[in-house]
Amino acid sequence: MSAALALGDDALVLSHRLGEWAGHAPVLEEEVALANIALDLLGQARVLLSLAGDEDELAYLREERAFRNLQLVEQPNGDFAHTIARQLYFSVYQHLLYGRLAAGDSEFAGLAAKAVKEVAYHRDHAEQWVLRLGDGTEESHRRMQSGLDALWRFTGEMFQPVEGLDSPESGVDRSALESGWLAAVTDVVERATLTLPTGPRSGGWAAGAGRQGLHTEPFGRMIAEMQHLHRSHPGASW
Amino acid sequence: MAAVTAHQTTQKTLGTANAAGGPGSTAAAGETDAAAAGHLAAFDAAVAADERIEPRDWMPDAYRATLIRQMAQHAHSEIIGMQPEANWITRAPSLRRKAILMAKVQDEAGHGLYLYSAAETLGTSREELLDKLHAGRQRYSSIFNYPTLTWADVGAIGWLVDGAAITNQVPLCRCSYGPYARAMVRICKEESFHQRQGYELLLALSRGTEAQHAMAQDAVNRWWWPSLMMFGPPDDASSHSEQSMAWKIKRHSNDELRRRFVDICVPQAEALGLDLPDPDIRWNEELGSHDFGAIDWSEFQEVLKGNGPCNEQRITQRRRAHEEGAWVRDAAAAYAAKHAPAQTSPRTPASASAQTSASAQQVEETA
Repeated sequence: MSAALALGDDALVLSHRLGEWAGHAPVLEEEVALANIALDLLGQARVLLSLAGDEDELAYLREERAFRNLQLVEQPNGDFAHTIARQLYFSVYQHLLYGRLAAGDSEFAGLAAKAVKEVAYHRDHAEQWVLRLGDGTEESHRRMQSGLDALWRFTGEMFQPVEGLDSPESGVDRSALESGWLAAVTDVVERATLTLPTGPRSGGWAAGAGRQGLHTEPFGRMIAEMQHLHRSHPGASW
Repeated sequence: MAAVTAHQTTQKTLGTANAAGGPGSTAAAGETDAAAAGHLAAFDAAVAADERIEPRDWMPDAYRATLIRQMAQHAHSEIIGMQPEANWITRAPSLRRKAILMAKVQDEAGHGLYLYSAAETLGTSREELLDKLHAGRQRYSSIFNYPTLTWADVGAIGWLVDGAAITNQVPLCRCSYGPYARAMVRICKEESFHQRQGYELLLALSRGTEAQHAMAQDAVNRWWWPSLMMFGPPDDASSHSEQSMAWKIKRHSNDELRRRFVDICVPQAEALGLDLPDPDIRWNEELGSHDFGAIDWSEFQEVLKGNGPCNEQRITQRRRAHEEGAWVRDAAAAYAAKHAPAQTSPRTPASASAQTSASAQQVEETA
């Protein structure tokens, strides 16, 4: 069940990060949009985690080393441009992945067919903001470039094999996924008058670390906050 | 959260030249007295006949100013009101509750958007109203100056605060100003959904472990009196009430609505298995309604003056979000100016965000 956990944790953790924006967004429309995306992702996480077990047990009672999400999605929000860069990288990937899964014949086909519509909206939202920030003011251009650069090293992990997700029936071909992703991101970045980052696409850990439960430091603090109340009342229902 | 704290720092919210005029003052300079009297008579007749006043209709300047004040305060309350609940999004104890809470806070941002749009039909702008909020020149509901200290507070806010808001707002669906009344129809639908969710959250706690039950009772103890204060000062001390009722902006007095709310809450508290923190609540056979204890109006006045537990924190966070987002709004405006067709005048930042807001509204309608 590691594929359900991997995809479910991606959605759960990114949803949590986006939830941190509530009440802090730069404009009211973005309060609505960011919460909307967070909710979509949380809905996906709940379906996926339920495939793997009990959603609340998995979300609230696993320790850091047992989470299988990408390091990309656990990265702190930073400024709006960092959040948008993370959103661009992830939602283009998720859109392509779910598109393929929806066309395939795995246990994820049904979920992917529904979620791909949501993710198409997330992707559009991210792309539109990359264009606005990249081709907006000098300051927004600088911040958008900085967001893209800072998160670039976490993008390689998306294309590492995931057990149960690269079978012939799933429809996923990792190398085609990666080249599709690279082409789409390059296109948006260039239209936004920005430069595609050139550094390595893996961090200090080998690419694929998040999938093995090796996370970055901010993640432990994030799940401490997320799990605290649930863990304080063992066995309670909410 | 409208029509609750009828104390306002400013009346002068109009962008028009003769904003300071009282009822019956002319809408356009140079209008003859006879024409003005005719307008006023037509307005009074429309209100008397329960017809809706629409944006292009003539209206007394003071009617316009009162509505802008009340609708702005209502919109600001939705926006500031996101904070005490958003405080618990990252700590919600189950994924189901987390999804419900996120959806609710998102709805509140949407309500703020409806209400700013409705206020804009009166000749002001969202930017102008937000500036006034940030400068402390317009208020929001006093209730949001209380902290959410435990998870149960999220339920108490849903049950009591949203419950009080609905009691206030349902009559506003028949308010004489059309755009406000129509906004309230949509908002009340979502608010009553939130209220039921809050009640259900408290019910789960009340029937849960001993610690959960105690958490629920503590939250009700802390939110009960502030919720009663949401109906505003007693009728004999409410400065705007009489005129608002004459104009059919308000339909019932503060005390009348407050009593109605207590009558609704008493059996609900019983069903929840929680006590209301007022030993003086008892059934009054003669009135067919509950009597209840005295409200501490000095606390209410202190919160209104800015001395509540969270006044400073709430407005500081709102200002910071606005200031830290300035470069994003500037970017959207600059992009729109570069890419918009030459004949359209760039309008920020709504034009830049139109796409996201439209998509979000579609989702909201299906929620």
